[in-house]
Amino acid sequence: MAKDNTYQAIATTTATGSTTSVTLSSIPGTYTDLVLILQGGPGSSGNSLYVQINSDTGSNYSTTDIWGDGTNAESGRTTSATFIRILGRGIGASNNLSNSSVTSFMNYSNTTTHKTLLNRSNPASAGATATVGLWRSTSAITSLTVTSESGNLISGSTFTLYGIKAA
Amino acid sequence: MPILGIIASGISGNLFTQGAFDSIATTTLGSSTATITFSSIPSTYTHLQLRMYGVSNATNRICIAYNSDTTTSNYNSHYIEGNGSTDYAGNVTGVAGNTYFTQSTTQPFSSIVDILDYANTNKYKVQRALSGNDANGSGTISMYSSLWLNTNAITSLTITITSTTFAANSSFALYGIKAA
Repeated sequence: MAKDNTYQAIATTTATGSTTSVTLSSIPGTYTDLVLILQGGPGSSGNSLYVQINSDTGSNYSTTDIWGDGTNAESGRTTSATFIRILGRGIGASNNLSNSSVTSFMNYSNTTTHKTLLNRSNPASAGATATVGLWRSTSAITSLTVTSESGNLISGSTFTLYGIKAA
Repeated sequence: MPILGIIASGISGNLFTQGAFDSIATTTLGSSTATITFSSIPSTYTHLQLRMYGVSNATNRICIAYNSDTTTSNYNSHYIEGNGSTDYAGNVTGVAGNTYFTQSTTQPFSSIVDILDYANTNKYKVQRALSGNDANGSGTISMYSSLWLNTNAITSLTITITSTTFAANSSFALYGIKAA
């Protein structure tokens, strides 16, 4: 039974407010899953943050999600998209630091199957969202780029990537 | 200790104190398999987390039975789910602990299951699951809460998918989370 360092921080970066995106690159293939935890927001309220994998800007992404805004619950879908929203798809997020999101990239380094992610996000004062995302590629994930859908990432937004090891 | 305050890219550290989040066992399938069992689970943790990723050879329900208990009346589940256009909620009885109903035989599902206070012998056991399966135009995302009406400490998990098998390369990883 492995006891040490099963859940490791790989990298953390903090947005300065002068860029629309941050990239976590050179991700080692030595873990089973990745977990990206972010707290922050887009430059313009009512928008989201989205992720692209390995700099792939093609129409290789899709999602199914469910969200609630305190009054209604709804479900939505994207197909053949060029990115995956990971902060409040359907309800958008405030342009402040009070939004949070946790995304698991499952079995990210295998080169046999397409990659899936599970996301739970909480846009401040707006609601809650759960999303499953698909990246139709068998490549191992080596970089993640998180981008503000409108405006620069809010200064102080933090992005921390963890790796979880198997036994 | 959480390390969310780290601000320099590339700095390494641990989300949990050393040995607080431990890998107990991992299984990656070499061929299609109907049942995966994690046994001899130590009682030295506070919670368990099961992380599943794979492809099902037919769409059907993934269940987790505890301590080989197949008496389905001992299990109950509630869920909320979205299929891309409609959200709905339901209650499932008559099967072991539900975690998900797979939606695709080509694209992988993922499921993260937390089994809380699993070694406590004074209370029934609860698992919660976040699961999904997207296939670029179809799929669902769901959250399940499942109850096992038993006060025994959980020492084994048996994962099955009804009437079908998990495909080769599907992986199942069990972790233990310690208290301070």
